[in-house]
Amino acid sequence: MSASDDRVLPGSLFDESARLSIGDLSRMCAVDERHIVEFVEEGVLHVIDVSTGWRFSGDALRRARLALRLERDLELNLAGVALAVELIEEISQLRSELKARR
Amino acid sequence: MEFKDYYTVMGVARDATDAQIKQAYRKLARKYHPDVSKEKDAEARFKEVGEAYEVLKSPEKRAAYDQLGKNHRPGEDFRPPPDWDAGFEFSGAGSGNSAYSDFFDSLFGAQARSARRGDFHSGQGEDHHAKVLLDLEASLNGGARTFTLRMPEFDASGRLVSKERTLHVQIPKGIVSGQQIRLAGQGARSPGEGKPGDLYIEVDFQPHSLYRIDGRDLSLDLPVAPWEAALGATVKTPTPGGTVDLKIPAASHAGSKLRLKGRGIPADPAGDFYVVLQIALPAANDDKAKAAYAAMASALPFNPRASLGV
Repeated sequence: MSASDDRVLPGSLFDESARLSIGDLSRMCAVDERHIVEFVEEGVLHVIDVSTGWRFSGDALRRARLALRLERDLELNLAGVALAVELIEEISQLRSELKARR
Repeated sequence: MEFKDYYTVMGVARDATDAQIKQAYRKLARKYHPDVSKEKDAEARFKEVGEAYEVLKSPEKRAAYDQLGKNHRPGEDFRPPPDWDAGFEFSGAGSGNSAYSDFFDSLFGAQARSARRGDFHSGQGEDHHAKVLLDLEASLNGGARTFTLRMPEFDASGRLVSKERTLHVQIPKGIVSGQQIRLAGQGARSPGEGKPGDLYIEVDFQPHSLYRIDGRDLSLDLPVAPWEAALGATVKTPTPGGTVDLKIPAASHAGSKLRLKGRGIPADPAGDFYVVLQIALPAANDDKAKAAYAAMASALPFNPRASLGV
């Protein structure tokens, strides 16, 4: 890892338009592909394109990591994880609406 | 280094059963988990609880810890005796994400590491993830920002250490809260010959002095005089792109929302900019002003409480 230097690193936007394969997600989250499949089956992750195999948006990485943290740290089962992820996102949506109305 | 009392951290008795420890952990974890908690210092508390649980849930680690604890008080200066862990075998894989305290590291560092690396093999180094708070201007205009990130790293002897590094990052214009910036090759080095991992930085905004931020849309409360709202007017208003002349339609009222399409955050597609009108009343602190209010009162048959039925 490069230590601190004065170079300006070009950051690239990693958002809904990014496309990830199941292999990408599994590597980035350091879990088995089967685990990703389970998340899809439980509705935690959504496949947005199937024309060349499963493709996920960049946002799936954030969701998958959130789900894995909850699963591991709170010892939740898959259904519990799916419910918690949905509620967490709904709350954050409501909070940001509240902030915008204030 | 201070001796940590893991039983106090978990709020359990020293002879607590495995079931009691598990129950205590789940309760504390739900309370302090950084993804769900609103508590201040949730993250620090969660790490502490995770560390305590890591030790107390494993029969081998707990036995080793109890052995040490006989001779130490919490808070007291502590140095592990050489070979203190001889005769204990460590099996469970670490939970893997958090940097534990020096106290933990000095006891379990090397074992935790070898267990935690697990069996996941890929040529590439691990990706790292971080969160930063960004000023809105960085997204509006692009530009470079400097972040200081703390990264857990394994040193040459396999101990987990926290390392600070400073990064200068070109912020992609138009980024919105919740999106991530990817920095290729800035994650962990590969254990082998492979590429280093990437660094993902999740972005959230600091509150802005003028604008409220809602996804890619921005809004501003704009004070207007009663006659500007009633009669219509063209007034100056700040926008992210600079001051503009804004046309207030006649018969506007407090809370009227005017939309400037595409003048929010320059994402793709661009967000909108909303101006929410607020009626500001001139103070009636001299005779002239009082006369003007009195004239309005006699000229206008106006009951602002009509909708309340009074």
